[in-house]
This record gives sequence, structure tokens and C-alpha cells, in this order.
Amino acid sequence: MKQSLGFEIDRFARQQQTRRVFLGRAGRTLGSVALASLLNPRVLAAAEAKSEKADAWAGIVHPLHHPARAKRVIWLTMAGGPSHLETFDFKPKLAKMDGQPMPESMTSGQQLAQLQGQKLVCWGPQTNFKQFGRCGAEMTELFPHVGGVADELCIIRSMTTDAINHDPAHTFMNTGSQIVGRPAMGSWITYGLGSEVADLPGFVVLVSQGGGRSPQPIAARQWSSGFLPSRFQGVQLRGRGDPVLYLANSPGVSREKEGDVVRAINLLNAQHDLTVDDPEIATRIAQYEMAFQMQASVPGLMDTSAEPARVRESYGCTAGDGSFASNCLLARRLAERGVRFIQLYHRDWDHHNGLREYFPEKARETDRACAALLGDLKERGLLQDTLVVWAGEFGRTPMAQTNKGAPGRDHHNKGFSVWLAGGGIKPGISWGATDELGYAAVENVVSVHDLHATMLHLLGIDHLRFTYKYQGLNARLSGVEKSQVVKGIIS
Amino acid sequence: MAAAGAFGASQVDFNRDIRPLLSEKCYACHGPDARKAKGGLRLDLRNVAIKPANSGKIPISPGNPALSELIRRIFTTDEDDLMPPPASHQTLTTPQKEILKRWIIEGAEYRLHWAYSPPTKAAIPTKENAVDFLVRSRLKEAGLGPASQASARIIARRLYFDLVGLPPKPEEVAAFESNPSEQAYEKMVEGLMASPHYGERMAMDWLDVVRFADTIGYHSDNPRNIWPYRDYVIRSLNQNTSFDRFTREQLAGDLLPNSTRDQKVASGFNRLLLTTEEGGAQPRDYEARQLTDRVRAVGTVWLGQTIGCSQCHDHKFDPITTRDFYSLGAFFADVKEAAIGKREDGMLIATDAQLAELHRLDKRCSDLTKEFDAPELQEAFTKWEEAQKPASSSESTTKKLETSAEQRSTRQSDRDFQAFKEQAPELAELRKALAKAKKEQADFEASLPHTLITETNEQPRTVRILPRGDWMNDTGEAVTPALPAFLVASTPSHKSSQGASGLNRLDLANWLVSRDNPLTARVVMNRLWKHFFGMGLSKVLDDFGAQGDVPPNQPLLDWLACEFMDSGWDLKHMVRLIVTSATYRQVSTPSPESLEHDPENRLQSRQGRWRLEAELIRDNALSVAGLLNPTIGGPSVKPYQPEDYWENLNFPKRTYEASNGPSQYRRGLYTWWQRTFLHPSLVAFDAPSREECVAERSRSNVPQQALALLHDPSFVEAARSFATRILRECKGDESARILWAWREVLDRSPGPQEMATVRALLDKHLFEYKNDRAAASAYLKVGQTPAPSGMDEAELAAWTNVGRVLLNLHETITRF
Repeated sequence: MKQSLGFEIDRFARQQQTRRVFLGRAGRTLGSVALASLLNPRVLAAAEAKSEKADAWAGIVHPLHHPARAKRVIWLTMAGGPSHLETFDFKPKLAKMDGQPMPESMTSGQQLAQLQGQKLVCWGPQTNFKQFGRCGAEMTELFPHVGGVADELCIIRSMTTDAINHDPAHTFMNTGSQIVGRPAMGSWITYGLGSEVADLPGFVVLVSQGGGRSPQPIAARQWSSGFLPSRFQGVQLRGRGDPVLYLANSPGVSREKEGDVVRAINLLNAQHDLTVDDPEIATRIAQYEMAFQMQASVPGLMDTSAEPARVRESYGCTAGDGSFASNCLLARRLAERGVRFIQLYHRDWDHHNGLREYFPEKARETDRACAALLGDLKERGLLQDTLVVWAGEFGRTPMAQTNKGAPGRDHHNKGFSVWLAGGGIKPGISWGATDELGYAAVENVVSVHDLHATMLHLLGIDHLRFTYKYQGLNARLSGVEKSQVVKGIIS
Repeated sequence: MAAAGAFGASQVDFNRDIRPLLSEKCYACHGPDARKAKGGLRLDLRNVAIKPANSGKIPISPGNPALSELIRRIFTTDEDDLMPPPASHQTLTTPQKEILKRWIIEGAEYRLHWAYSPPTKAAIPTKENAVDFLVRSRLKEAGLGPASQASARIIARRLYFDLVGLPPKPEEVAAFESNPSEQAYEKMVEGLMASPHYGERMAMDWLDVVRFADTIGYHSDNPRNIWPYRDYVIRSLNQNTSFDRFTREQLAGDLLPNSTRDQKVASGFNRLLLTTEEGGAQPRDYEARQLTDRVRAVGTVWLGQTIGCSQCHDHKFDPITTRDFYSLGAFFADVKEAAIGKREDGMLIATDAQLAELHRLDKRCSDLTKEFDAPELQEAFTKWEEAQKPASSSESTTKKLETSAEQRSTRQSDRDFQAFKEQAPELAELRKALAKAKKEQADFEASLPHTLITETNEQPRTVRILPRGDWMNDTGEAVTPALPAFLVASTPSHKSSQGASGLNRLDLANWLVSRDNPLTARVVMNRLWKHFFGMGLSKVLDDFGAQGDVPPNQPLLDWLACEFMDSGWDLKHMVRLIVTSATYRQVSTPSPESLEHDPENRLQSRQGRWRLEAELIRDNALSVAGLLNPTIGGPSVKPYQPEDYWENLNFPKRTYEASNGPSQYRRGLYTWWQRTFLHPSLVAFDAPSREECVAERSRSNVPQQALALLHDPSFVEAARSFATRILRECKGDESARILWAWREVLDRSPGPQEMATVRALLDKHLFEYKNDRAAASAYLKVGQTPAPSGMDEAELAAWTNVGRVLLNLHETITRF
């Protein structure tokens, strides 16, 4: 790539020289000085050599605190907060209590969102559950494919979070703090470990809209690098338009011409560096190189049409449809290329109302693709060092919400379910439990900070030693409060 | 970590060498958070540290390291005894241990934290520039000298970018190059400080630190009316409003006697925080968030203190208690602010002409309303009333008239008259006219700008200390407004401006800019220094506490702080002092000596150099292109933005409509600041989302910058517009044109290699576009402004690529 960049401009200069000699006219072509600079690009070569060094980021945790079990993370964010009571946490007692008041002893003094001031009435599970796999994991029948890979999963049924509204809960799950301005976990991890890929960002975000209704908004702060340097921010790969913002050339500018422009910029920058000796110039040259390479590599990455039909079918996607399924396939391609942190968002899990009608649609949009992703990673030998996490920002109340039409469930932070699979995770187990009504996590409670600490542990990072000084504090992803690695789920 | 001997200094200095060490390594367990002080030991207080701890042993025995438990514990090889304990992941290096020992040998003296003692003003020999004198004194201690003065060209460009944020014209640079005298320089300084663009440039820093943005921030991130506040900031900086007044107006403009419209606009400062419209948000939760948001702002903007840490517990490193935190929050308990939901429109902001028009429309409405009461209508009314009676029992339209005769009263008659006005056919025309007038009035008023300002609640909110920051716990003690105890303990008590009713926001503002407060002037001068040198004298701009950075040249920072106060908080005076110093005019290219002995340039052994701020990269490109619309102020504008960039916004869903016409070409600082999805070109170049107060932007160098600068239509259009200028304004051959273009962008001539590189690109692309005119034609369609007709499209396209190369150069986007 590097050699080809600008090659055209050199060749053109040579042709012009030949042509001039051949035609015997000197006037309208390049002067000899120009040729000297173009045919003797030692300056640029030297600058490029310097730039490669300038741009290398091996990660701040170097060497690792302990051997890593996972090299990368794929985090499947189910935005809006899927109900644990309809997915992974079966509560027969809740079914029995259907229509009866929720015991006040449980709910009094606890946070409520849209149920503030409403009658709190139990609402039984709205999907059928069954046991899947050799491990007999209980989950909804609406996840038949995920059920099919149940023996790969570790289902945590005892998650809790601090926040109960989407925006702060989302921010908390992604950054470990409800206060905005903290780095996203993907930023932390690329800061800690660097990336294994040169022509793609180390932290990539993909958002799918799904069918359905009016999903909760998502803020770009969810993949912001916060107080960490901007190079660690997540880069969104978009399903429509330019896959990366400003990636495409302007109309009328071919790749070859763009190469000429970039080459000229870098050559001029390299020449300038001779007089000012500024290390930022070497970095800038590297960034223009990378930008130019991304123009080729990203569309190649996004084009899944060359994937075998069998693979595409297993995910259930059509190339370029921007669906969650397509993004799962892209996630595998990104993992293969060595991207460190890949975060997918699937929107519209916020079932305050119409849960019976709309929940199955979300299940359909995600079930098959999640399972296909795990299968595909495993087939390629990637699952053993890729940590896959499926999580919303919170769970949903065992109480019905009925003030917005057909019943649904409100936001809930005292107990919910997530699953993990892959690198270093005990397969085919479940961890923790909520009480008999699915209200509060009561056994082996796992906080968001514990989840972060565990993820870092699997990546070879001691969460207590992984800090960044910000406003006088040694800030940590896993927070200043006590948090711990969930050892029981590590294989 | 500073150690004794850093930068050539020799004696152990508590503030420079010891406190940072104790703070970083020990305070987490033995510091200001009294409830956490393990073993009864606090190392932040000398009188505690020199007395026996719970163990009975004496931690620090002044002059006697052998008797000091601290020394034994840091030097021991026994892991069980070692301090800091291995589990803390903190370690002390040998030099650090040695300096603690030396400090104890020398008597273990404590000093008040440098930033909490009042700044002192060093004596400066007459005729010396204080900045130069103090910088050179410090350099001398380190065995260094100042760098040479930069070239006239560099100085001029530097000054333009720093003072107005726009590049100089080549002829302005040429003029200064031909006469680089002190007088000519001073004239340039005065001219730029008098330019209306000065306020724009200086406002950028302030807008970051106060988190000015056009949207609410949380969840739906809907718009709110606030841009007039931004214009107030620009105007104040241009008028050189003294900083103490600037402070009072923003924190308490509404409380000033007979407050003016401008002062009310300024009080919009209190409304710049994040708010939510999320369904299910709990009012008390957000009331608590708003309080902490405001306290953090005061901490960052004026005090340079990380007060936010004290929301849940007493500060680990600084003597700030949770009581201080909530008492500071209580100053804002009177600010009328809905905890959740849509913000109100705010105060009407109109020009005199607009107000006159509004009065005219108001008057027309009232005139038309009066016509209903015209005497000649009385007769018609009586007739109409009579006519209604027989039909009253059956006609639904006259239901209002259904009452028995005896019940009829004056009120009934009024009601009849109302019905008459609404229904009588002979009044149809009048009704139509009135409706139209009312609509016009309402539409016009809605079209006028409004801005959020501070209004007060009659009953201030009750503010309680929230145990561990938990808003659901209301068992904490209620607090009233009080200044931070650690800063006012030793200073005279502050009288309330409201008499006996306690302190209010105006008192807080008065104290922030009083001589008794050791922080504000230093914090503001430190940020100003960063503006002109790229790094603060204390390099942590937002933390002047124990975990911050002790300035290697404290006499300089202190002198600036004192001079700032002595001058009556005169910002332009301080700017002038700094930019007319020789220190400011040094070269930024480091000499080997400067690089070796002052690698980070903490001693100002040279100038700084850095990539231009996001907004200025845009301003520079538009300026070179001849596209820049230099209008000052007004509603925020929307430069081109990639389609669907806002697709993840909701409630409601929004489409982005780029501004049309001249407002497309405004300066970057006027860009619509959508907090959750800030314009991607601004994001690429490190502009903050302004969800939080940001004293210091990061400065990255990432591929997204290349992509934005190469492909954002704003920059492509600027390159084409610049190409148009090249072809129109320079009539020479290709080389002459390259030379001209180069000078327009960089105010210098290209070297032979540079010329050759550009020439090669130009020739190749000229050749290619002439053979592919369709490509050229497509290329020229980028942007709203049509390419001029009558120009050779291939030529313009090729020159556009030359323009793009020049606008993308590192040198172009760097302030040297």
C-alpha cells in the first residue's frame, strides 16, 4: 500500500520526461527540479519510517499484569433494557402472583421510573421458557438459536446497576460512571492494550436500528474517550452513507488522484519537518497514511458479499442491510482483523408497553445472529480468545406498567440478566440469582463494576492497577468503590 | 513527580517536593478524609503526624528520622510493615524515600498548600517586562537562557491566531516583515485587541470551561435557547469588562441592583448545565445532579478545585468536606430550574427595531379588540340579543344564552356580549382581522430570540448533605449557603449582601473575585498563559489541589495573579503584558539545549507550538478561501454535516438541515453545539461536547482529522473557492500562481522542493482532468456555492486539489 501511494504521480513524472525527450519540447512539462524531488523521495521515506514509530501504541499495560484469557471483546448492547423476566430469568412464582399487588416490603423506598405514583402489581412472565443444551439453561423459547449454543454461555442472573433512566444507566454501563466525561470501556481497553490492526481503529462501534417503534436515543458519549486521549475514541462504522465519516473521496476524485494529494501532503510535511523538527509531523504523516489505507480497507471490510452464502444465511442477513445480523457478521470480520473492542448496539428494547406484541420482534432480530456469531467465532478458533458479552443497561420490573396502553414493564436496576461467552469464561453455567419474583439480585450479586473488573481480568489487566490520573484522582474503569473480579465464572 | 533538584533547584521544599508525594502515595488512607484516616494517622496535618498514632508510635519525629515510624515503614523490607502497602499498588522510589528522610532531618516543616496562600508579587526592576524578568530568573536557576526571537512572519501569524483566531493577510505580514519595530508590533497588538474578532477568539476558551452548548445534553438532547449568552461573552471580552464584573454578572446578574438586560442574559450561566426530558426521570434524582453539576462548574471555572470528589465523601487529597460541597450547592438553591422536562423559552431578546415592531403588532391587536367596544356596536348588540331569545331553547349555537330571565345578570349580559362578538355575522370581517393580527403578533414574537436566564424561586430548595451522594437518602443535615471552610477559615468573614437573610449567589461571586480568595486570579491567569503558550504554568488547569502540579515558576504565576487583581481584573491589560514580552516572541523550534534541559518547556525556554483548535481550522480555511462570513454573534449555524449523523437521536427524531447562504460560512465557534452528537469535524479536532466543564482540550493527531480535512464538503468547497481565487487574482503562469497561493496560505514563499512537488501534482491533475472533464465537472459541484461559470473546469478541478494540499499541510493547521 505504502509503495503504491504516489506511485502514479512518480510514473506520470517519468512519462512526461520520456515524452518531453521524445517530442523534443521542453515548455509544457515538468522542470528538472520537480523530477528530482519526485524521483528521489528519500525525504518522505525517512519521514515515513519515523512516522511508523511515532504512531505505534503498544498499550499502557505492557507487559500484561497476568496472562490474558481473551485478546478482544465483542460487546452486544441491547439498548433500552431487555426484560430479564422474558429472556433468561424464569420466575414461576411471579406467574402465580400475576395480578396481585407486589409485596411492599420489596419495593418500598426503592427507585422507580415511570411507575412513580402507580399501583405496583405483579405481572407473570409473558414468554414460555424451556431448558436448553446439556447444561439445561433456562431461557425463553423465543431464543431458540441462542438456546442452541447454551453450552457456550455463562448466564449471570444477578446483575445490578446504579441508574434507572436510560441515559445515565447507559453511561454507567459503558463508562463505569454516571457523570459524563469518562472514557468508554472500549477506550480504556485500547488505551491499555493498544490494537492489533494498523489500518482500522482499535475500538469500533456498530449501531442497528431494527424494525419497530421509537427507540431510545443513544449519545456519541457512549463511545467517547472521555478524559483519555482522543485516539482511543470509538469509531462508528455506519450501515448507510460513508461507513466511516468522511471516508469517501469527493465525486470526481479517483483513488489515484486522492493518492497523489495525500502523497503530496506527506511529502511537503516531510520537507517541512527538516526545518522545524516536530515529532507531531511524523505522526501526522502516519495518520494521512492510515486514512488513505482505511479508504481501501473499510469498504473491503464492510463488503460481506464475498462471505460464503452458508455463513450469511447462518446469521440471517443480507449484505449491507445495516441489520443487527449484518453487524454481527461484521463483528466477526473485525475480530478476525484484530480490532480490540467491538461494540454493537441494537435499539428498541424499551418495552414499557406492548411487550407481548413487540418483544418477540426484538428476539427475532437478534436471536439467530447472536448464536451465529458464537458459532462462527468458534469455527474459526476465535471464540477461545474473544470475550462476547450480551447486556442491556438495566432490566425490567416484575410489576406491570399499564399506563401506556397494552402492558409492559418499567426500567429496573435491582436485578437483571446478562450473558458472557468465549475467552476465559466457564461455558454452560449460570451465576447468581434474583429473588423468587425476579425483583432483586440476592445470590452472588454482580455489579457493573464487577463486570468491568472481570472483563479486564480476562484481558490480562488488574483493574485496580489500571488507572489514569484525572482531576487528581487515579480514575479506574471499575470505579473507586470496592469491586471484584467474579472468579466463579472464569474457566 | 517533582523531586528536589528538579530544574536545578536544591533545597527540600514542602510544597514542591513533599506534599505531592504524600498526597499521591499516602493521603488516600492518611489524608484529609478524616473518617478514613487509618490508624489515627493523618499526614496532611503536622500536629497529628508528629504525635503518637493509635499504635503509640510517632510517625514523624522532626529532625530525627531514626525515631520516625514513617521512615522505618517506607524503608523496611518486611512486606507486612511496608508503606505504602503492596496492595495499594503504590510504591516509593529510592530518591523519593531519601527526600522524605531529608525533609524530616531538616525539621519536617509543613507549609500551607501553595495555592491556598495568597499570591505574592515579586519586585520587578523598573523598565523590565515582568514576564521576561521572572522567566529569565527561573531559566537562570536552571542554567538556561531564553531562545532567540522568532521571525517577523512567525510572530505575526502567532499573534493573529492567538488574538483573533484568523490568519493575517500576506500584505499585513509583509508590512510587518519590512518594519518589525517595537512600535509596529505594539500597533499590531493594539489593532488586534480592538478587533471584534478578539472577543470571538478569547470566548472559545470560556465557552469550553462553562460548557456552553445549544442542547440540553441528556437523553433527547433537545435544543434550548441560550446563544445570546455566547454573544454576551464575546461582547464582554471585546468591551474588556473587568473579570470581577464578568463573574458577578454570570453568577448573579439577576441579583444586581436594577440589573440590565445584558446582566440577565449573563445570568444564563447558571442554566448551562445538563437537563433531561427523559420519561421516568425522578425529580429528586435530577435535582441532585443539577446541584452537583453547578458545584463542579464553580470548582472548575473559578477555583481550580476538584470539588466534585466531595459529593460522596470528604476529599481524599484536599481539605474539602462534603459539607463544603453541599453548602456551595446551596448558593444555587434559589435558581428556578425545573428538575425534569422541557426548558422554558426564556427572556425575550430583541433589538430596538424588533421591539418597536412588536409594540406595533401588540397595538394593532388591542386596537382591533377595542373596535368591538365601539359605541355604534351597542345598538347592533341589543338587536342581536333580542333576535337570539326565541331560538335559545333549541339552537345549540346559542346554548350559552339558556338561562331564565330572573337569573340574568350583568354577568350574563357580558357573556351574551362575548357570544355576540364571536358569532354576529356583521362582525365576521373584524373577527378575521383580529385573528390575523394576533397570529402575526404571536409568530413575530416566536421568531424573536429568547434566552434562558436566572430567575429566583421565592422559596429556595432545601439542600441536604446526601450521605454517599445518595439522593434517595434524606436523612442528611440541611445546609445553608456557605463559602468553603478551608478557604475562608483564616480570612475575614464575608458579609451577606442581603443583610441577615444569609449569603446568596452575589456573595459567592463577590468572594470568588475578592482578594481573600487565593485561587481565582491564579486559575484564570494560568488558563490565559495556556492560551498563549500552549500549557499552563501549572500544567493541570483544573486542579490546583494537592494532586495538581506545583508550578515550576510560581513567582511568575503569582505575579500575574497579583497584577491581574491590581489592575482591576483587566484582561486586556494582562493579554498585552504577555504578548508584548520577549518570552512570547521566542522561537518555538527547540534548540538541542532547551530540549535536553527543559524537555516539556515548563520553564518557557522557548515558545509552544500546537495544532490549531477545531474551530480555527475551519476559520482559517474559509478565510483563505475568501468564503468567510465575518458576522459577529447571532443564532448558532449548521455547516454541512454527513447525512444520518443524527439518526440515533430521538424524542423527536431530527434531520439536520445545513444553513443556507452566507450563514453556511460562519466561524467555527458559531456551529450548532449538539452535545450528544457534536459536528464530526469539530469532534475530529478535539472540540469537547461540553457536557462537562472543560478547562483543557486534548490535542490529538488521529486519522479522522485527515479524513475530515480531505473530505468534509466545507473544506473541499473552501479548496475550490481558494482555487477560484488563485485563477482570478493571480494572472501569472503556473509557477507564479503556486507561489501566490503558497503565500496566501502560509505567508512565505515555497522552497524549490515544495514548488516542485506542488507543480508535479498540478501538472498531472491538469492533464488528467482535461482528459476526464466529467470528473472535473462532478468535483466542482461540492458545496452550496456554484463554481463560477466561464472558467475551465479541468483547470479549476486541478487547482482545487492544489488548494486541498495547501489547506491540509501540517504547517497550515499549526500555530508556531
